[in-house]
Amino acid sequence: MIAFLKHQVKTFGLIELFKGLAVTGKYFFKKKITVRYPEEKTPLSPRFRGHHALRRYANGEERCIACKLCEAVCPANAITIEAEQRDDGTRRTTRYDIDMFKCIYCGFCEEACPVDAIVETRVFEYEFHERGENIVTKEKLLAFGDKHEAQIAADRAADAKYR
Amino acid sequence: MFNALQSWLSVFMWDWLAIFITLSVQMMVVIIPVMVAVAFLTLAERKVIGFMQVRMGPNRVGPYGILQPFADALKLIMKEIVRPHQSNLYLFIAAPVLALAPVIAAWAVIPFDEGVVVSDINVGVLYVLAVSSIVVYGVIIAGWASNSKYAFLGALRASAQKVSYEIAMGFALVTVLMVAGSMNLTEIVHGQQGGIWNWYWIPLLPMFAVYFISGLAETNRTPFDVVEGEAEIVAGFHVEYSSMGFGVFMLAEYGMMVLISFMTAIMFMGGWYSPFENIPLLDPLTAWIPGFFWLFLKVAFLLFCFIWFRATFPRYRYDQLMRLGWKVLIPLTIVWVFVVGILHYFQVGPWFN
Repeated sequence: MIAFLKHQVKTFGLIELFKGLAVTGKYFFKKKITVRYPEEKTPLSPRFRGHHALRRYANGEERCIACKLCEAVCPANAITIEAEQRDDGTRRTTRYDIDMFKCIYCGFCEEACPVDAIVETRVFEYEFHERGENIVTKEKLLAFGDKHEAQIAADRAADAKYR
Repeated sequence: MFNALQSWLSVFMWDWLAIFITLSVQMMVVIIPVMVAVAFLTLAERKVIGFMQVRMGPNRVGPYGILQPFADALKLIMKEIVRPHQSNLYLFIAAPVLALAPVIAAWAVIPFDEGVVVSDINVGVLYVLAVSSIVVYGVIIAGWASNSKYAFLGALRASAQKVSYEIAMGFALVTVLMVAGSMNLTEIVHGQQGGIWNWYWIPLLPMFAVYFISGLAETNRTPFDVVEGEAEIVAGFHVEYSSMGFGVFMLAEYGMMVLISFMTAIMFMGGWYSPFENIPLLDPLTAWIPGFFWLFLKVAFLLFCFIWFRATFPRYRYDQLMRLGWKVLIPLTIVWVFVVGILHYFQVGPWFN
């Protein structure tokens, strides 16, 4: 009998409903977690995998030795490399294309690279306006690397002790 | 004030024209603020639900997203009007109008303050009940004219639900009428004069809850929005409506919410009376605040509750909804009618003498 009355009071008193309302009412006054994107940005990890870049050594020599490990490891077959011997006898790429539409940003190319030539940067805000721009050539990658070298080097240094 | 306008106008023109113009002005004075309120209610809903989900809601259009309703309205107006294949054109166009017109018409008898009412008729409650139940015709016709299964299912659900909950709603109002002894909305408010404990929500607390719950069901709000049920029937009766046809349905829905909130505030929460009446210190301090401010405050709170419920409760299943309406709310209201009758007969104080 007591249990029955208790149940009725609970049902008609809408106890459970008020509990639910209390929860949402509490959240109403909580601090909002929205990040208003173009004005505010979330912090990025040094390991962030964004736009690709090809790096150079300090003396200006390009790092890539055309070993084609990145091409081999790429699960999306996004990388195309052609290589030749240069006049000074070293092996260099003549063509290094990344198809950004195929790329899945897994970072395997970066991991496979023995000379830290191909890297993925923090830059994730880029867009293509015409067909064909999605294929990023060697020149563009090297230029991109030159532009962001300071940030890239800092990120590698920050992550070095975990490698 | 409007009498002065009418007599001033009748100096220049025929009497009937003066009356017509005065009435038009009166209607506009009521309808335009209601429409603006509805527009900002849509924004308030998105904002409040956003806040309860620990996000910000719309905040791109104007400061704090304050212009969002105008952006939405502009977008809706610019859209193409699509008419479903083999649908009934006249009914298809008439349905949104039928949904919106009663919602606007009901405002004629709502008193905003002492004597501030378009037409102070003695059957105000009946008028509001009668007019607001016409809305369901708009919904049914919309479902039928769309020539779509989902719209039709939504319309059937809507009609069954509204008819069911109107009974509970009517009985809840009967208790108010018994206590107030009048059907005039102004008189009902007058009966609640004298502080927060004289409002009808205390002696009629279960009816207050029942009325508000029925109001949720009448306006197809969560947790009773099976009519729209995105998961099962996409959007219910207005799936096939695009552009301003859809916009008008939205206006009708939100207008109905505001109307139900006003009715609840008038019936159970003392209308335009301040809650601090007859309280020694607070009454003189707040006496300068005009009555409509208190009414709007109560309405704002009730509308907040509408949105709060939407942010909190999951949707009822259809059979649960029908069970709640027929097996819980209607018996409860009938019992309470008898309780109020007995209390009234024996003059039990402090509310029934």
